[in-house]
Amino acid sequence: MKVTIDGFPIEVEAGTTILNAARLIGGDIVPPTMCYYSKLEGTGGKCRTCLVQVSKGSEKDPRPMPKLVASCRTTVMDGMEVKNITSPEVIEARKGVVEMLLINHPLDCPVCDQAGECHLQDLSYEHGAAKTRYEFDRRTFERIDIGDKIQLHMTRCILCYRCVFVADQITDHRVHGILNRGDHSEISTYIQKAVDNDFSGNVIDVCPVGALTDKTFRFRNRVWFTKPVEAHRECENPKCCGKVTLWYKGEDVLRVTARKDEYGEAEAFICNTCRFYKKKTTDWIIEGPRKVSHKSVISANHYDTLKPLPVVKTNPVLIEANKEQFERETRL
Amino acid sequence: MARKLLLEHINVPGINTFDVYRSKGGYAAVEKALKTLTPDEVVEEVKKSGLRGRGGAGFPTGMKWSFLAKPAGVARYLVCNADESEPGTFKDRYLMTYIPHLLIEGMIVASFALGANTSYIYVRGEMMPQIRILEKAIAEAKAKGFLGKNILGTGYDLELYVQPGGGAYICGEETALLESLEGKRGNPRIKPPFPAIAGLYGCPTVVNNVESIAAVVPIINDGGDEYAKIGIGRSTGTKLISAGGNLRKPGVYEIDLGLPVEEFLYSDEYCGGIANGKRLKAVVAGGSSVPILPANLFMKTINNEPRLMSYESLAEGGFVSGTMMGSGGFIAYDEDQCIVRNTWNFARFYHHESCGQCSPCREGTGWMEKVLHRLEYGHGKMSDMDLLVDVSKKIEGNTICPLGDAAAWPVASAIRHFRDEFEWHVTHPHEATTRNFGLAHYADPLPKLEVAAS
Repeated sequence: MKVTIDGFPIEVEAGTTILNAARLIGGDIVPPTMCYYSKLEGTGGKCRTCLVQVSKGSEKDPRPMPKLVASCRTTVMDGMEVKNITSPEVIEARKGVVEMLLINHPLDCPVCDQAGECHLQDLSYEHGAAKTRYEFDRRTFERIDIGDKIQLHMTRCILCYRCVFVADQITDHRVHGILNRGDHSEISTYIQKAVDNDFSGNVIDVCPVGALTDKTFRFRNRVWFTKPVEAHRECENPKCCGKVTLWYKGEDVLRVTARKDEYGEAEAFICNTCRFYKKKTTDWIIEGPRKVSHKSVISANHYDTLKPLPVVKTNPVLIEANKEQFERETRL
Repeated sequence: MARKLLLEHINVPGINTFDVYRSKGGYAAVEKALKTLTPDEVVEEVKKSGLRGRGGAGFPTGMKWSFLAKPAGVARYLVCNADESEPGTFKDRYLMTYIPHLLIEGMIVASFALGANTSYIYVRGEMMPQIRILEKAIAEAKAKGFLGKNILGTGYDLELYVQPGGGAYICGEETALLESLEGKRGNPRIKPPFPAIAGLYGCPTVVNNVESIAAVVPIINDGGDEYAKIGIGRSTGTKLISAGGNLRKPGVYEIDLGLPVEEFLYSDEYCGGIANGKRLKAVVAGGSSVPILPANLFMKTINNEPRLMSYESLAEGGFVSGTMMGSGGFIAYDEDQCIVRNTWNFARFYHHESCGQCSPCREGTGWMEKVLHRLEYGHGKMSDMDLLVDVSKKIEGNTICPLGDAAAWPVASAIRHFRDEFEWHVTHPHEATTRNFGLAHYADPLPKLEVAAS
């Protein structure tokens, strides 16, 4: 099937969603997502950040769709034409969604453990307004521990439902979900139960904001001060892929996460043993530094190859210092 | 005197019992359909009738039935949406209370047409009296051989169940209803797939409103062509209107579609005019989710033609000067009513009833309600009106289900038509706070009724 997104044509299989067709093209025309997660069935359509305009339905029925549609849940038709960043209506709607999401998600990055990895931060930077017009009190919650390794801070939750889908599909049994409705909705465990099954840690990885955090890493460091390294091990759990990213500070592994693709989605889920209990370099077979997008704040001070810093004059001392720093970091 | 198709026998004593209903010609449609027609012929009659869904959207019922997928070996379901809970709408409750067998007869005929062997009537949980009435009526019909195995010896089997809902407004949205019926949280599903392809338990399903299903009975009795002769244009047949507000005779009325609104509002056969001799200020024509219209725009279209009680006429002018038939929840406001308070009240309802799945509805309905609350209580700002319009635009059309639109339209239309009243709340905070106001406080009573034709 042929579909055109913002003027870029592409041939895709029947049943492909507009979002995935856009991801095949890549670049700026890929709609942002906050609730869709390709590895989890049934996600998407809720946050409404991926809305796009279908200006031509198909070759058979070229009428435009009357409303903006969620690109993550709308499959392409042959001859469909889609507008994403070329549609002012889409940009305006997305700006509105960002404003709505920020009503109950404070941009309190200096005190949030997700700083530097927050999808909402990126989204608001790219699509939001400088300030919100909402003047009423935000809802606030006490932090609660849902298990000994995971902390939930509902104040920051944007109700993307991803963690609920993880619990439904990845873990053996779900003990948490959404309580209440409307803007009173909240994630909670079933009558103070802990989330303690083998794969529960994956709820941390799928959370696009800082609502679910890893207590073994929480506030131990900022991500841009750490060094991400790809590693793997032979995990005893047959359902665990054993492929992870280790986040180093000096010689210490501060955190272990699943490996994520360019859209911030885990390539495969990992067990709690790998995530929480294997924090020595000797536990792992190191593959090498993780590629980090140059746009990400995590890329600060990380280099794959030696490129001397630009200086006005050639400075042998500085060049030596750069070499020495590079060697020190690549040892990790 | 207008004809009555649904409410003809409503005042007959004991019409809620099988025997009396049967003595008045009840269940003739079942006999006719099951013994003399094929399922496709029943669908064809409904198509010919031009019946449009009476729940609010107005989609052609026969066409909806013909969309039903019919894969071999897969069950099909008919679900009656009796979750009626739109503020201002109470017609389905009336039907279920006083003439339950009409609904059951319609369910049997419709289930036969769709090839469904199990059907459900999903009733809002608060309507416990109606649930008991329906259960009793189903038991009676089953005892007389109109439900269960081999109905009337025709070989057709149908089990009909009444399912109480949890009492959430969102469960009136067809996919949320199906989720609730499956025992899950009543959140709307993302469409497609539509229920006609994958509905209840993943099987092809048709969801119809109570009144739509009841209307199938006269359609089969008299023929689709006869039904289509009633009404005007694409608005065929009769329609139940639940009239409320400041009317002299509020109640449920059956009208021929195409009736002039003036006749409906002022004739003694229907609403009998505005209570206490006051003047009409505004009308919500189809339940709280449709745009409110000031009296002059409601009585006549923008082309100065008399407005009619039909889907097309009420919508004429779009949302600039028109509204919608919706579910037929007709609310009239006299000159003393406060539009700001009414709008806040509606916004409060939609804020409370938003399911919270999608961001614009979850956050936007609460935002609008809070701004309206401060306007109502004398803490508003002049910029609030523009803010409300903008927030409503951010919600409208961007949500999973129509609840977002339903929340946005009343707010946007109230500000469009009654902006000066909102501004008055800002400039007269004390009067707004103490509720010591009415239109008498304006220098010029009914200041907004002269709306420019553009």
